[in-house]
Amino acid sequence: MNTPEPFAGEVTHSPVRHHILSVLVENKSGVLARIAGMFARRGFNIYSLAVAPAESHARFSRVTIVVDAESAPLEQIVGQLDKLVNVVAITDIAPREAVERELLLATIKTDVSNRTPLLDTLGGAGAAIVDVDPGAVTVMLAGTPAACDALERDLEAFADVELHRTGRVALPRLGRATPADEQQKD
Amino acid sequence: MQLTGAQALIKSLEQQGVDTIFGLPGGAILPVYDPLLDSSIRHILVRHEQGAGHMAEGYALATGRAGVAMVTSGPGATNIVTPITNAHMDSTPLVVITGQVATSSIGLDAFQECDITGITMGITKHNFLVQSAHELPRAVAAAFHLATTGRPGPVLIDVPKDVAQSTMEWWYPTSVDEYDLPGYHPTVELDEAAVARCVALIAQSERPVLYVGGGALKSRASAELLAFADRTRIPVVTTLMARGVFPDSHDQHLGMPGMHGVYAAVMAIQRSDLLIALGARFDDRVTGKIAAFAPEAKVIHVDIDRAEFGKIRRPDVALQTDVATALRAWDAAGAAPRALDGWWREIGQWRSEYPLVYDEPEANGPLRPQHVIESIARTAPPGTIVASGVGQHQMWAAQHWKFEEPNSWVNSGGAGTMGFGVPAAIGAKVGRPDRTVWCIDGDGCFQMTAQELVTARSEGIPIKVAILNNAYLGMVRQWQEMFYDERYSEVYLSADLPDYVKWAEAMGCVGLRATNVKEMNDVIDEAHAINDVPVVIDFRTDSSEKVFPMVAAGASNDDIMVHPSQRGGR
Repeated sequence: MNTPEPFAGEVTHSPVRHHILSVLVENKSGVLARIAGMFARRGFNIYSLAVAPAESHARFSRVTIVVDAESAPLEQIVGQLDKLVNVVAITDIAPREAVERELLLATIKTDVSNRTPLLDTLGGAGAAIVDVDPGAVTVMLAGTPAACDALERDLEAFADVELHRTGRVALPRLGRATPADEQQKD
Repeated sequence: MQLTGAQALIKSLEQQGVDTIFGLPGGAILPVYDPLLDSSIRHILVRHEQGAGHMAEGYALATGRAGVAMVTSGPGATNIVTPITNAHMDSTPLVVITGQVATSSIGLDAFQECDITGITMGITKHNFLVQSAHELPRAVAAAFHLATTGRPGPVLIDVPKDVAQSTMEWWYPTSVDEYDLPGYHPTVELDEAAVARCVALIAQSERPVLYVGGGALKSRASAELLAFADRTRIPVVTTLMARGVFPDSHDQHLGMPGMHGVYAAVMAIQRSDLLIALGARFDDRVTGKIAAFAPEAKVIHVDIDRAEFGKIRRPDVALQTDVATALRAWDAAGAAPRALDGWWREIGQWRSEYPLVYDEPEANGPLRPQHVIESIARTAPPGTIVASGVGQHQMWAAQHWKFEEPNSWVNSGGAGTMGFGVPAAIGAKVGRPDRTVWCIDGDGCFQMTAQELVTARSEGIPIKVAILNNAYLGMVRQWQEMFYDERYSEVYLSADLPDYVKWAEAMGCVGLRATNVKEMNDVIDEAHAINDVPVVIDFRTDSSEKVFPMVAAGASNDDIMVHPSQRGGR
């Protein structure tokens, strides 16, 4: 299996077996349950999942699913997903051909002793402070999954951290996507 | 025109050409049963909702049209989950309408509330919870479209009581564009390059086999299959789901493959150099141990459902289309294998060495189940439809009945649903009233759904039921005999309890019994002479009879066990 070559200015730490499926679905109740149920039923693994209304259409939502293509052949996952009637289009993006971003929020208890190292950590990661009170600070990082991984690791040095990540969203890297990547249903 | 949701639902079903609904009313579906009184649609009142579902399946399998069932919420809905599963496994077009509690009560654990769309998400092709009366016509039109196109399957429409009671301005979608199914495109453009690769593989092959599955029936490909087989001389096997799509009397038909397949059909697949799978899904009951399945064969896989490609066996060429289209394309391209004389000589040897055999019955009984089936088949009118339950009797029926036309075999394949036979036979007879319909059943299966014979009698549906009564859950008994050191655990049922003749009579049917060959011939003649009421025959068969050939679960097809009388020479 090939090791993905890093792109200039950005290292993706996605294991090579992870694949990103950008799935356009009808914005109807139960659609997420249909997708999650199908994955569970077939024994396919979901690594992360993010859902939001797509573009300006209230009619559709976009689900970004990072799948473990080791749990089943990618074509099986795509084929079974494709059969869900509410799934409109599936774009399969190899990690090396994706621009991926994820949002991390963390609240860290602060005191005199940890402020300086914390500010160093945040500065190094490019994280922003979005909320403060005398005993705590909430920070945000919007970055590559790898950058979020790194900040999460760095924050392990601090006590009392509450941390949330959104799961990634992705779009094809410009100039890299080939027509074969587009699995439009037609 | 202002209609209630209930009226709109019935009118939508009429628009779809529905002539029969199998169902049973209850609280939440009550509003829909009122306009049914004024409709031309026939309603068959079942005695258990499972019966409604299997009848709708039997109707669909015998006619090729979608079957329709209607039940109430809660337990009414859950009782039809088994038929929905069965239809899902066998890709049978089914539209199931369930009542639901009022929208204002959903989620509040109301009386007879259950989340049937949630429960059936994984066992339907799609389902709808209808939110307004205006949406009902669209849901019905979309449900029939989904159930009958592409890979067919069951679709469920859940109708809350207040939706049925509220009013709407009548409309009906006139084109697929109005179905609001932006993600559903069942037809795919034929991949000409893949067709060419198929033709090339066929041209190189010396030991090809047409492995024909249920998809061939669904795409009504009988004529195309016959033409292609006649022209190419390629041997044909038909799976349990495909029995009847290719005439058993055709000399290229090797029979059924798989766990209880005909020896020549199993071995032809095992030794083939090209397996041409037509609407077949490499079920474990066909493949046996997958690593040892047709080891030298290249595979052409034709299926309307692309998720079948590579699910079990990676194809050398995948052709996503329906079976009839594929065969027409290959015919147009003149696809033909090399000379098959050597291949046919090899197959001829398997055929003559290991035909389907069974021990002849002794004059004073007990009966041989295979002999009973052959005796019914010999005297039944041409075009007779056969339904069965699940187990030994099903395998014997699939082996020993000679099927000559499509939609004449009504059976539960993928799900293996015991009790399928009686209600499915009733549904088949409703769909094809001109045909004689036999249900070949087991005593275990019969006891699961026999009460639907009350439905059959009261609705005037004269089916014939042959119970192959061996007093056991026979297939389980066979496995315990062969694989569990004859330790029989919970498989004995008794031949006399219940008394099947009295039970049949209590349900308004004619009840007959046969314990030896003479009686067998007499009661079969008697049954064929009765055409106004259902007939049930209790055939007393040998408990120790087993289904052969057999490939043990998980074993290689190469390790097929033939009938004991054929084992000397091996």
